[in-house]
Amino acid sequence: MLGRTANGLYWMFRYIERAENIARLVDAGLRVSLTRAGSSDEDWHGVLESAGVREAYSEVHAELTAADAIDYLLRDTSNPSSVMSCIEFGRNNARMVRTALTRETWEATNECWIDLKARLSRKVKQTDLPELIDVIKHRCGLIRGAFHGSMLRNDLYNFSRIGTFIERADNTSRILDVKYYVLLPAISQVGSKLDNYQWESILRSVSAHRSYGWVYDGEYQSANIADFLILKVQMPRSLAYCYEKITSNLDYLAQTYDERLKAHETAAAIRSTLKRGSISDIMDQGLHEFLEDFVSRNNQLSAEISEGYRFYQ
Amino acid sequence: MLTAENLPRPPYKTYHEWYASQDAAHLIRKTQDAENIFRKTGITFAVYGHADSSEKLIPFDIIPRIISAREWRKLAQGIEQRVLALNAFLDDIYHKQEIIKAGRIPRALIERNVTFLPEMIGFKPPGGVYTHIVGTDIVRTGEDQFYVLEDNARTPSGVSYMLENRETMMQMFPELFALNKVQRVEDYPRLLRQSLASLAPPGCKGRPRVAVLTPGIFNSAYYEHSFLADQMGVELVEGGDLRVIDGRVKMRTTRGYEAIDVLYRRVDDDYLDPMTFRADSALGIPGIMDVYRAGNITIANAPGTGICDDKAIYSYMPEIVEFYTGRKALLENVPTWRCSEPDSLKYVLEHIEELVIKEVHGSGGYGMLVGPTASKKERTDFAEKLAARPDNYIAQPTLALSTVPIFVNKGIAPRHVDLRPYVLVSDKVKIIPGGLTRVALKQGSLVVNSSQGGGTKDTWVLED
Repeated sequence: MLGRTANGLYWMFRYIERAENIARLVDAGLRVSLTRAGSSDEDWHGVLESAGVREAYSEVHAELTAADAIDYLLRDTSNPSSVMSCIEFGRNNARMVRTALTRETWEATNECWIDLKARLSRKVKQTDLPELIDVIKHRCGLIRGAFHGSMLRNDLYNFSRIGTFIERADNTSRILDVKYYVLLPAISQVGSKLDNYQWESILRSVSAHRSYGWVYDGEYQSANIADFLILKVQMPRSLAYCYEKITSNLDYLAQTYDERLKAHETAAAIRSTLKRGSISDIMDQGLHEFLEDFVSRNNQLSAEISEGYRFYQ
Repeated sequence: MLTAENLPRPPYKTYHEWYASQDAAHLIRKTQDAENIFRKTGITFAVYGHADSSEKLIPFDIIPRIISAREWRKLAQGIEQRVLALNAFLDDIYHKQEIIKAGRIPRALIERNVTFLPEMIGFKPPGGVYTHIVGTDIVRTGEDQFYVLEDNARTPSGVSYMLENRETMMQMFPELFALNKVQRVEDYPRLLRQSLASLAPPGCKGRPRVAVLTPGIFNSAYYEHSFLADQMGVELVEGGDLRVIDGRVKMRTTRGYEAIDVLYRRVDDDYLDPMTFRADSALGIPGIMDVYRAGNITIANAPGTGICDDKAIYSYMPEIVEFYTGRKALLENVPTWRCSEPDSLKYVLEHIEELVIKEVHGSGGYGMLVGPTASKKERTDFAEKLAARPDNYIAQPTLALSTVPIFVNKGIAPRHVDLRPYVLVSDKVKIIPGGLTRVALKQGSLVVNSSQGGGTKDTWVLED
């Protein structure tokens, strides 16, 4: 398998994952602005921050308005993390590795691109937003489904999966990090009305507001939310879950190629931190510091994988 | 489809009966279905110079073009003769140059030709084969009357359309294939791989490793490159994946560098090796020509074959065929005026409104003038270009091309077509029964190129 093919698969799935996560973020942002009395355009600050495009946004727009923020996140192709850009990059990578994809996976990706390109070709009306966000999630879900249902479980599969989970871990930790001040164990704030909105928006942006209720009896508690998104291995968007998947896929590669790389050590170390850690230790250490460190180790792992498997010349 | 008496020509008889029983609305829907299949599959091409419409569909016509087994046999013989002559010609011009010594072709036309590669002089490619894959463009003017329009010996494209068109027709009209016995084209990828593998360098041990070299996803024919690699089950590589290591061309895999034995390259000569040809090429592999000349890789088609596509060389094809095969050419050449010759130039300028004028190195329907349909201003402008650089042009009469039916909203309408059959050359010559039929969709138009609004249709060669 070509190094470039591994690279293409890895990034194809990173971008598809990112597109879906951006759509979730917008969804959560919308929900806050719809349900919360006295909400303001300023609420989009946090959304842009979570998407990692706060600064880039202000280079294009002088003011922060909900409409501009949504447009920037969904369709602005000058924003490399907009849904449209991600789908475009994802599909370009898919074209590049087309011979490595099953026909179903390719067609789901191509149709996703055709559909979203048409839907995002002009400004989206506020009333059409909920449907559009559903379509984005559906389209990404179809790609995932076609991929799971038809791809051979070999190294192609492993690289695709690793891309998905590196991206997801990055996204989840960013969402948490942006809201970390809400999650700080400051007793005075706990239970206040404002916090509930904020917390719900965190959970909603990882599509976990319902499952949280099942696991933690519905009470929003800072420690529980952090626990859920960082350490709960049953939660498919938690850091712990992502690292279970990353290490198992890396282990398959090690077996297939009969070679363990630096990336294997790094991934195992991160996984073990997540496995052994307790949420109280993390909160004591400082959630922000923990997440900052996590994001940088996650990036380091990504770089080691690219290098170890010869993604680039 | 119909004869002068308004009866279906024999090969169309069964189809015509079937067509008569169809409901027009149903067929319109099928046309739409076909378009959806192509779009969904991503069977697109890029048009250069259109930033916005970077991916286009080639319109597909649902009425097959049907050729009888008898007519095909005759055509195939002519093509085989021509392809063998082309290989003999290439071998000759890069070795003894007997055709020049015999005074049959001017030396300057060969040696001053930009597509002639001095790097190939004295080198014999593995198996002595230069043109592994050839596409010969043919037009029909009447029963058993075929003319060759041009030879594509460099990197003929379009074969994926031949295969996808057939696939689409079989999906949409399975009953037609039960009614008609159509010869198979589906074996092409397997035959191509066999043919390429059989010409691996002599030193190659074990199963030859074949790869397709593409310029990348922004190339107009990228779909075809990935399609062929996929169908053959070989790697699709880009220049950046390859490197010369220890005298071999190797590709960078997730486990290290692995050698390639046969490279089916869809990158032009100029870009193949920045150390030998264009230094600014990022598409090629530095040093691949040294590996090639050392006999450690097969490049298909061989570098330097593009000279066969030259339209001035084309005008000598009757002589070339006769010189190497000892027989008259079975397929006609379109009479061609070489504008480099003063008498011809004078004639061409005087008869510009009757002629088609083409650049000698042109392709894709770019840079040509179709005299009869051009405006007065277009003709005057073109005449200036022609007078300034006569040796860059040839001219041909427009032929009374036969037409085939296409499906339009009002039913059936006649359109001009050409045909590109695909030929594989190894120790034998294999011609796939069928090919790519390109249609000039505009009424009366003679230009079939997809970049100029042409479409395609499935091509059936019937069994006896």
